[in-house]
Amino acid sequence: MCGIVGLFLKKEDLRPQLGELLTDMLITMTDRGPDSAGIAIYGDDSGKLKITVQSDTPDATFEGLDAALSAALDAPVSMRVVDTHAVLTLPDGAEAQARAFMAEKGIRIMGAGHSMEIYKEVGLPKDVAERFHLRDMVGSHGIGHTRMATESAVTTLGAHPFSTGADQCLVHNGSLSNHAGMRRELAAKGFLTQTQNDTEVAATYISSRLAEGANLGQALEGTLDDLDGFFTFVVGTKNGFGVVRDPIACKPAVMAETDDYVAFGSEYRALANLPGIENARVWEPEPATVYFWER
Amino acid sequence: MQTIDMAKTELRELNQTLQAQAKDTNQTAWVIENPKGAHAIAVGLDAPIEVTVKGSTGYYCAGMNKQATVHVTGSAGPGVAENMMSGTVIIEGDASQYAGATGQGGLLVIKGNASSRCGISMKGIDIVVHGNIGHMSAFMAQSGNLVVCGDAGDALGDSLYEARLFVRGSVKSLGSDCIEKEVRPEHLDILRDLLERAGSDAKPEEFKRYGSARKLYNFHVDHAGAY
Repeated sequence: MCGIVGLFLKKEDLRPQLGELLTDMLITMTDRGPDSAGIAIYGDDSGKLKITVQSDTPDATFEGLDAALSAALDAPVSMRVVDTHAVLTLPDGAEAQARAFMAEKGIRIMGAGHSMEIYKEVGLPKDVAERFHLRDMVGSHGIGHTRMATESAVTTLGAHPFSTGADQCLVHNGSLSNHAGMRRELAAKGFLTQTQNDTEVAATYISSRLAEGANLGQALEGTLDDLDGFFTFVVGTKNGFGVVRDPIACKPAVMAETDDYVAFGSEYRALANLPGIENARVWEPEPATVYFWER
Repeated sequence: MQTIDMAKTELRELNQTLQAQAKDTNQTAWVIENPKGAHAIAVGLDAPIEVTVKGSTGYYCAGMNKQATVHVTGSAGPGVAENMMSGTVIIEGDASQYAGATGQGGLLVIKGNASSRCGISMKGIDIVVHGNIGHMSAFMAQSGNLVVCGDAGDALGDSLYEARLFVRGSVKSLGSDCIEKEVRPEHLDILRDLLERAGSDAKPEEFKRYGSARKLYNFHVDHAGAY
């Protein structure tokens, strides 16, 4: 069992409240997933590449990391440390070199992109939210996850969201049964995973489809043909937000839409305090049906 | 009328209060405010009281109900009225998966749509859905009536026993061992009664009836294809 929350704003007005709203939604889903929690938040396009990294020993690891990376890239790098995570901002085009630098130093990369930042850790959602000041975050859309692990260990890298492409993230409630085979197929095409986690395979699958030219809707449609198992996926891209459930659809899902936002919750409880929810269109997404919004 | 505000009262206290009502209680009308999708609201009731839940509920609302009438003004989460014994449960909005599962008696009315597995393993409950129902509804349903004024999803009545299924709209597909059957006068009487009690203006004559082909009751080699 896991909990999923998501909020995609259609208007500018609620942007300052995105972190506050998503944090409350996330904490409401604590009893669906008390192991770990995570959030992907899409802020303004910085015009530069942002890489979110994580270390279990942040004091030592992040000390002078920006200067060292800057020297290695021969380009300006800025760094913002938030607890065990740091967001490094660097010029476009330096991603491959930066990734190699992190790999050499054993620093974990949570995600990268122009607008997305990812924060995830083991622990209760309220504690994770506090550590990363999730309430203060501002942006256009965000996706959160509370995890009760089934397929792999309770670790930071096993927490959701998974990001396997620029500004892309995915969270999952369920378990996949063909992830080992799909992992090999994706690897053969050059799309490598970092963990043994089934959800990372789903994220990588979607990234591979997007890289091959599919739009978000087509990539989500593909999960119904190519992934086997139980899933409710919620996916974020730089300008999009998507939802798909497997044909059996035993993993719960509720959506709400108003003129101001589209919201997703594993349960209605997560949506019950959103502004204007009493007049929202609230529905259960149909099995094997792709829903997506893009701005 | 008694009012319980869930913003101020713990769920356990709410349920204990409702469950403690004697069969001849004078406190017959209850209103529950601020449900906000909470789980297991108004479960295990056993008195002829009327409970109105103002809003939407989470998992297992009105489970194991006996005698009571539970009215939800919003939508209901998974497993509403699960294992109901008697009484009435009315949902003004939609119901999530496995509504009325294993119910042994009473009437469940869903005025919106019900999603997958509605009436799974029903054992005597009557369910009337004003809208549509999702896939695998009435799976292994044993007795009682499922009335659907809209459409039914895939695999309706798979491995069905003796429950009667009535659908006014289309059926996406029938499950294994479920077949369309003749609508006889006694079925029109059942439909007329249930539709009236459920507040539906649908006409009994507009429904088709589905039931068990009875090929899966006992193993028979000639029926191997139906398994």
